[in-house]
Amino acid sequence: MPDTALSPAPEACAGFPIEEALCEIVSNDAVNAEYRLMIARAPEAALRARAGQFFHLLCPATEAGQPFLRRPMSIYRIDPARGEIGFLYKVTGKGTRGLATLRPGEMLNALGPLGRGFTLPADTRHVMILGRGVGLATMAPLARLAAESGAAVTAVLSARSPELVMSRGELEAAGARVIEVVDTDGSSAPEEMEPRLAALHAERAFDYIATCGSNRLFRLARGLARSWGIPGEIALEQHMGCGLGMCYACVIPVALPGGGEEYRRVCWDGPVFTLEEAKGW
Amino acid sequence: MVTNSAPDLSVRIGSLTLKNPVMPASGTIAEGMTQVIDMGRLGAIVLKTITPDLRQGTLPPRVAEYRDATLFSIGIPSKGPDYLLEHTLPAYAACDAPLVASVSADTAEDFGKLAAYISDPRIAAIEANISCPNLKADGRAFGMDPEATREVLERMVAATRIPVWAKLTPNVGDITVFARVAEEAGCEAVIVGNAILGMAVDAEAMRPRLGNVMGGLTGPAVKPILLRMVHQCAKAVQIPVIGCGGITGGEDAVEYMLAGATAVQVGTANFIRPHTMTEAVDWIADYCTRHGLSAAREITGALRPLHAPATAPTETV
Ligand SMILES: Cc1cc2nc3c(=O)[nH]c(=O)nc-3n(C[C@H](O)[C@H](O)[C@H](O)COP(=O)(O)OP(=O)(O)OC[C@H]3O[C@@H](n4cnc5c(N)ncnc54)[C@H](O)[C@@H]3O)c2cc1C
Ligand SMILES: Cc1cc2nc3c(=O)[nH]c(=O)nc-3n(C[C@H](O)[C@H](O)[C@H](O)COP(=O)(O)O)c2cc1C
Ligand code: FES
Repeated sequence: MPDTALSPAPEACAGFPIEEALCEIVSNDAVNAEYRLMIARAPEAALRARAGQFFHLLCPATEAGQPFLRRPMSIYRIDPARGEIGFLYKVTGKGTRGLATLRPGEMLNALGPLGRGFTLPADTRHVMILGRGVGLATMAPLARLAAESGAAVTAVLSARSPELVMSRGELEAAGARVIEVVDTDGSSAPEEMEPRLAALHAERAFDYIATCGSNRLFRLARGLARSWGIPGEIALEQHMGCGLGMCYACVIPVALPGGGEEYRRVCWDGPVFTLEEAKGW
Repeated sequence: MVTNSAPDLSVRIGSLTLKNPVMPASGTIAEGMTQVIDMGRLGAIVLKTITPDLRQGTLPPRVAEYRDATLFSIGIPSKGPDYLLEHTLPAYAACDAPLVASVSADTAEDFGKLAAYISDPRIAAIEANISCPNLKADGRAFGMDPEATREVLERMVAATRIPVWAKLTPNVGDITVFARVAEEAGCEAVIVGNAILGMAVDAEAMRPRLGNVMGGLTGPAVKPILLRMVHQCAKAVQIPVIGCGGITGGEDAVEYMLAGATAVQVGTANFIRPHTMTEAVDWIADYCTRHGLSAAREITGALRPLHAPATAPTETV
């Protein structure tokens, strides 16, 4: 399979930008019935994480035993001033249940920062973020990145019900305008969202879209990006072995410009891909 | 005779001298590792298996966790030999360690041709991956048939002046038969061995966990089996045996060496603790010092009998 020119240039035996960072837990509390926010004091290398990158976490043992592999988690908060990083995670299985047991003062082993994050084009002025569920964790640092580079951000948060909408505060703190859509009143349906988003675009044109967490949102985002002629990106997930581009476990098919498709590694070539490369799932 | 100087960690694998006995197992490191550890500290750097043709590999999901082990079904996603020569070798040029290529092919002829094609001075040895489960043939591989093994290895040895190492599969009845075939074919070492063919099922979903149904079982759970096979092979052949399977640190490496291995390869542990290999090098040095050994090669085969030979039981189990 031909390689991708997107892989980071190898700096063989030069510096070691990726570290097994030992981070002291500051807090690890439930934000709602399903999600927890974990804040940890992180060393220098980890604080260089960029929006869309992730860490591969060694999860503590529970009564079900030691989770054997690490678990990938997007960087949700990067706070160099306080020397802290944060993860927003859904407790689902053995690994995330183990993460939920971490108490302040305990140590978390986080390998990273890993992967290719979002690449905001230089002259971006208005960013649209479309996120749902776990995907929202990935979006908060993007809103900060956009704000820092002088772009306005409109974030549309989708959830099953109003109580499950997350990250509103984090996104607003980053300067984003936040719009909530939910399944319970039908506002999250793509046919409802599309005219609303088109109206926002007419008001103040978007020039970049970022999405993740839902196939429906991906299709909506790609459709809008195509009709408005603007670039967009999506953060994808796949089961991982190493997180370092070594095992080829985490591949997903991407569409090639000339037609056809090939596998790329979510951990190394992604997790962020362009809307045109990404395929629905 | 405890010496004060640092122990000599170097080991000889046929015509090569490695500065220490620790190297990665094929397919478990890539350029990404150079961003985490100093790979120049390793005895050798074994690269991912390549095939003559371009291959995509198997359908995802490709990994399932299973207690102290993982099941991977990756296939051999291969970018072909030109990519190896033009991109992969330069990526490690700054690392002060010999590079070992690994090859696989559909026919014995193609194994030979590929070995000839990549015979490049930057490559110190070529591993024959005859042991990768050929999932299309219901898990059978060249390495499950002594005659197919012989043909592949003889062709490779004839095709290149670079030392050939044979990586054996544990998915056979008597692995020593294959170790002897490798020695007779002119290989300079055998690696014992590859992953154990396995399968994982999701009971709730009533489906296999891997896109490819079957996969290779790797990680600590396989160590006792591979350790036993290394022990048997080391007694069966004169060429060095390289132990591989479930190594998570220096202590596991030393166990393999005591059982007869001259060197070791670390696979799955690289995914979980990327510093496993470099820490193992330090651990072995410390072990030598603690045991009054002036050289790591003294560990090889130094397993002491539990019982005097006359009283040793004759049953195997
Ligand atoms: C790049 C990336 C970023 C992610 N960021 C976040 C985040 O910020 N917040 C969050 O809550 N979740 C995130 N996820 C998903 C998260 O990794 C999984 O929910 C987690 O691994 C589940 O582990 P578990 O042991 O609790 O669950 P189990 O279901 O018991 O896991 C079993 C195995 O499957 C893997 N697995 C299960 N679900 C996923 C998944 N969706 N993606 C990848 N592997 C999976 C696990 O890693 C583990 O190896 C991200 C995934 C990726 C790939
Ligand atoms: C993700 C993965 C990919 C592998 N790819 C190859 C390969 O390309 N060639 C090969 O000879 N062995 C391959 N192997 C097998 C390993 O080299 C090694 O023999 C096996 O994993 C056992 O060692 P371990 O228990 O330390 O992992 C692979 C193993 C894993 C886990
Ligand atoms: S998880 Fe190993 S290559 Fe991506």
